[in-house]
Amino acid sequence: MKGLHVMTESTTTTAPARISEGSGSTPLLEVRNLVKHFPVRSTGVVRRVVGQVQAVDDISFTVQRGSSLGLVGESGCGKSTTGRLVTRLLDPTSGEVRFEGNDIASLRPKQMLPFRREIQIIFQDPYSSLNPRHTVGSIIGTPLQVHNIVPKNKVLSRVQELLEVVGLNPEHYNRYPGEFSGGQRQRIGIARALAVRPKLIVADEPVSALDVSIQAQVMNLLESLQKEFGISFLFIAHDLAVVRHFCPEVAVMYLGKIVEVADRESLYTQPHHPYTQALLSAVPDVRQAQVGGRRERIRLFGDVPSPIDPPSGCRFRTRCWKAQDICATQEPPLQALANGHRVACHFAAPPTIEDARASQAAAAEAVTLESEGAVADA
Amino acid sequence: MSMNETTNSQQPFLAVEDLTVRFPTPDGVVNAVTELSYNVELGRTLGIVGESGSGKSVSSMAIMGLHDRRRAKISGSIRLQGTDLVDVDDDRMRRIRGNVVSMIFQDPLSSLHPFYTIGDQISEAYLAHNKASKAQARKRAIELLERVGIPQAGRRVDDYPHQFSGGMRQRAMIAMALVNDPQLLIADEPTTALDVTVQAQILDLLQDLQREFGSAIIIITHDLGVVAEMADDVLVMYAGRCVEYGKGKEILTRPEHPYTWGLLSSAPHLTGDPGQPLTPIKGSPPSLVNLPSGCSFHPRCPYASRLPDDRCVELLPELRPGGRGAGHLVRCHLPNPDEIFVDEIQPRIG
Repeated sequence: MKGLHVMTESTTTTAPARISEGSGSTPLLEVRNLVKHFPVRSTGVVRRVVGQVQAVDDISFTVQRGSSLGLVGESGCGKSTTGRLVTRLLDPTSGEVRFEGNDIASLRPKQMLPFRREIQIIFQDPYSSLNPRHTVGSIIGTPLQVHNIVPKNKVLSRVQELLEVVGLNPEHYNRYPGEFSGGQRQRIGIARALAVRPKLIVADEPVSALDVSIQAQVMNLLESLQKEFGISFLFIAHDLAVVRHFCPEVAVMYLGKIVEVADRESLYTQPHHPYTQALLSAVPDVRQAQVGGRRERIRLFGDVPSPIDPPSGCRFRTRCWKAQDICATQEPPLQALANGHRVACHFAAPPTIEDARASQAAAAEAVTLESEGAVADA
Repeated sequence: MSMNETTNSQQPFLAVEDLTVRFPTPDGVVNAVTELSYNVELGRTLGIVGESGSGKSVSSMAIMGLHDRRRAKISGSIRLQGTDLVDVDDDRMRRIRGNVVSMIFQDPLSSLHPFYTIGDQISEAYLAHNKASKAQARKRAIELLERVGIPQAGRRVDDYPHQFSGGMRQRAMIAMALVNDPQLLIADEPTTALDVTVQAQILDLLQDLQREFGSAIIIITHDLGVVAEMADDVLVMYAGRCVEYGKGKEILTRPEHPYTWGLLSSAPHLTGDPGQPLTPIKGSPPSLVNLPSGCSFHPRCPYASRLPDDRCVELLPELRPGGRGAGHLVRCHLPNPDEIFVDEIQPRIG
């Protein structure tokens, strides 16, 4: 761990820490077998661990320099936990998070400091992620001082520069977050992340709290910042259209696992995993509705199972219309198809119209089975 | 069936006319809704689209009689089968609310009472409007939970809201709204808090129920995709006013108002060229206390400067018939919206 050694040394000096640069071919961020389990404890005096919420379970992905990886999935699939593990706001249970070749998964806080400068995060809720009692100047200026990026007397001018970059009035540094609209606050959050000139920004649902017209403004801002500063993004969102627009590569998560990863074109036109197909077919889209009203849609039945006790084998099998016996016994590995498209399914195939019908039949059957079960129970 | 065919002979099922809602506050009068008019017929769905603060929720809360009369100044009329809901007294409104008209709210967790079981809450709505025993009400609750697709409804009826998932809570809310067979269902952002696959389930459910019971639905949303799937007619609101109204398909394929263009071209899509930059609407929505002069949209409208004599700044455009067939209304001064749409907007939205 030569890189680590260099880094710890440099943190003791006042000069900005430098992190060992990997060779040109090392991806900016490489996550390997990342796991995060949250213990579930019993109530009472002795709080024994009675279970584990398997929020993120053995996922691997890479983010290339200057590019963006989209992470999509529904609530509870572990996408936000992944973002927090990468930024080390949470400590991984196991696995590696390699940033420019350095594993940061288990660094101590002090060793982590220089990396905090390189990896920043933008949060979903522009209301709760800014301290209402701090001025915008102090919100954006604090990271500059913590990391000694500019001398004290230059902080204000740098803050004003940053406000201008994100499209806010530089004279407003003395205002409080409460004086800004939702879209403007999100810009403040972006300016705060940009302040330390990060190489990687984890954007956790950066536009989902905003109105459509404002959402487009913020998306365009993120895009222009990426072009200008060459920042890489781990872009976490539930909105498939937003992710498609922003990310050349997309990973789909379900119940703590990555079920499919592919480039945008391939994922959106030829989704191979039944869950990805269900997600895409569920999105109401103006254009598709314009063409022919309601489509044959894949219907999923039931809810996402509990991550405390996930199904054996493939985690999606309890809601999957293609499920066979093998799905319960054998976990499908994330396997590469011809064009680099990777998918974790025993029956991976492009969607057909039969899928929609089969899924609807399976959904109907599941409902009858459940009510029969209820009758038998009663 | 076009709306005109049914309205010519008789009065519409729901006719909102010149509805205006204002809230006097210490900072000035908030003009939440201004002169809003629309009709909804039984068996049809009206989609009301707009951003936060456009008055879409405030206008439908007025139909439900949910505004505090001491705080809100409401004028105009809301005729439901001939009865004006703006004038009725509280007693009468109580008999209508939850019975003839009911509402589904955005956030099912905060709209359900955490201390009472799902079954108790649905029964309460039933007992409020029907002479029935508790056992009958409970039976009705189970029946409706089954209808909205809650598995093992007989057992789940005794659960508390926190024991339900988000999608199930929204189903329970729908069951509660439907318990008295309402003729008008107002769904205020019914799927905004839900995941896409669950959203699809709920939208399917609403459509199935409408087919079955023939009720009228008003669906309020900011999501044009939801409107495209659900609505027969679309009403686009901006700063408390209707800016465009017409048949869903036509409004979404070829609108005439620059704000509707803006909504269409600022949303990313699942098809088409992902490299195509989004075209946001510049600026942000106006304060409802100080509405801009003339057309409220003029400070954000890229076409306002093309018209002579500052017309958009000085003159509020009338809601005039547009070019998308009978019933299409648009509030804009632009004389040639179709030309602009074909030349500038269509290439953007593909």
